[in-house]
Amino acid sequence: MEQIETIASFISREILKDPARKLGMDELLISSGLIDSFSLVDLALFIEDQFGVRIEDTDLNVDTFDSLTELSALVERRSGSDS
Amino acid sequence: MNRNLAQVLVRSAQEVPNREAVILQQREGDLPIQFGELVQGALRYAQAFQRAGIKPDEPVILILQHGRELIESFLGALLHGSIPAIMPFLTEKLSPDRYRESLQALITISEPGALVTYTEFLGEAKAAADAGSSVRSILLSSEIPQEGSLETTELPGLQRSPEDLALLQHSSGTTGLQKGVALSNRSVLNQIDSYKAAIGMTSEDVVVSWLPLYHDMGLIAGFIMPIMLRSKLVLMSPFDWVRAPYRMLRAVSDYQGTLSWLPNFAYNFCSQKIRDRDLEGVDLSSWRAVINCSEPMRNDSHERFYQRFKEYGLDKQALATCYAMAENVFAVTQGGFGTPLLIDSIDREQLSREGRAVPCSEGKQLLRLVSAGKPIQNTQVRIVDEQGNQVTDRIVGEIALQGDCLLSGYYHREDLTRKAFLDGWYLTGDLGYQVSGELFVTGRRKEIIIVGGKNVYPQDLEYLVADVPGVHPGRVVVFGLFNEELGTEEIVLVAEVDDDDQEVRVGIAREIRSVVAQGTDVAVRYVETVDPGWLIKTSSGKIARGANRDQYLQIKAGNQ
Repeated sequence: MEQIETIASFISREILKDPARKLGMDELLISSGLIDSFSLVDLALFIEDQFGVRIEDTDLNVDTFDSLTELSALVERRSGSDS
Repeated sequence: MNRNLAQVLVRSAQEVPNREAVILQQREGDLPIQFGELVQGALRYAQAFQRAGIKPDEPVILILQHGRELIESFLGALLHGSIPAIMPFLTEKLSPDRYRESLQALITISEPGALVTYTEFLGEAKAAADAGSSVRSILLSSEIPQEGSLETTELPGLQRSPEDLALLQHSSGTTGLQKGVALSNRSVLNQIDSYKAAIGMTSEDVVVSWLPLYHDMGLIAGFIMPIMLRSKLVLMSPFDWVRAPYRMLRAVSDYQGTLSWLPNFAYNFCSQKIRDRDLEGVDLSSWRAVINCSEPMRNDSHERFYQRFKEYGLDKQALATCYAMAENVFAVTQGGFGTPLLIDSIDREQLSREGRAVPCSEGKQLLRLVSAGKPIQNTQVRIVDEQGNQVTDRIVGEIALQGDCLLSGYYHREDLTRKAFLDGWYLTGDLGYQVSGELFVTGRRKEIIIVGGKNVYPQDLEYLVADVPGVHPGRVVVFGLFNEELGTEEIVLVAEVDDDDQEVRVGIAREIRSVVAQGTDVAVRYVETVDPGWLIKTSSGKIARGANRDQYLQIKAGNQ
């Protein structure tokens, strides 16, 4: 849960410039246009630094990167495969 | 002497069929396409246009993603002598209704005979090209058969005369799509000749590009020019690049790329967002020019780029600039070739107050402007005042052009064409000054915003937002502010709202962002909700964008 909150607050604060914005777990991030394509790399770099996982650029699409639930699952998968 | 683009293309297929024309970088790997295959692929489309009864000189609209079908259908239209125009493809975030409106705007004005798209998009294409429209045929990229050869096919494109139109170029959004820049075969060929001379481009050059083809920089510098000059083109999709900017650098290294064109923001973007691990083994020493073009050029952006990539072999001399626009096919001026880029250090205050570029050596008013270089051959640049009179060096005025690669007109928009010219000079809407023939661009008179190299018409965004519940109809203003960190402009939207409840306002602001995100290909960075009466109107009752921008900046400065 903490992990999701960290990601959510980064998105609200740094990408949306709207710190008070609360994101729903399944709220669409990319396909809704909430996160524009220029910010995808920022989000990937943040997640990599924060959780020590590797995000590939092919991950930055609507199938794996479109909601907090999906992002969290991606981080889980990558942390698992590293250990 | 070549009279049209089709002749150049056919000659390449005949003379160098096995030479690599394009390396298409795709997810599945790199796909090399030789001239013979490329023109054969284009021929399929030329034949399909023929069968569909599309007449030479009739526009065809290509609604395809960046890739092989797009380039082959474009070249196929040239072979057939019809006039290709590219419509940016629908992305997942765009609202289909808004997209359809844009497509309809394009169809209404340009009156195409055919659309080319994918099977999955057929329903949308049909809906946009409804009864009564000029569209007689919708061609599906998956159903374009291979038949016949170059020798046995009659190609009306080869008969096009130099003044016949070659292509249409649009910028995005409803306004941009209704303003197609019509370019003749002669203008495009003249541009290639003059620009080639300015940058010493030959068939030995290797162009690396991720630029979208619906934009003049991508279409001309990143597609047509290398193809016509037989220079190898390494082409990747803008969607892939924005997710992995290192791929461009790796492509330069892998293919010994020599030339690339980038909008200013890309210098900052690459400097900030590429990890060392993705640059292992990358060698940029083959890059003889990286040309900054299509939005305000910043010395600071060059500096960041150079500092970040010099250890990978980037030559400082490679940093170059260009002032370009679709109305001149592409380049107007070119800087940084042969001589280092000229930097003019001037007094910021005098520039903004008096419109004069006064040299200045230090102090906080110091502004360092990068020269856009000198005009390419057969293009003349002059700076004019509001009456159209030429001004002297170091006086700011509107940039005006004359030359042999200017547009034939805005397609089916005689009204706009007439307004664009004064005494035979094309008025660019950009502001600048000259020093001994070197051009410095300082701002613009026209009300567009350039975000990441993309032109955005503020009225398109204001129109979209007018429907958001809670927003005072007609009381919205959109303008751009330059962000040094990003190296590009960001969009600010100010809307008058009746409700003064903070929570309601936050909700309205979020809805505004969402409506713009789904209705356009850009994002609004700052949304400000203000009380009724905040916005400044002109005496004729129109929202004054410049005055409201100044008011916004003053209030922001006061709050700090």
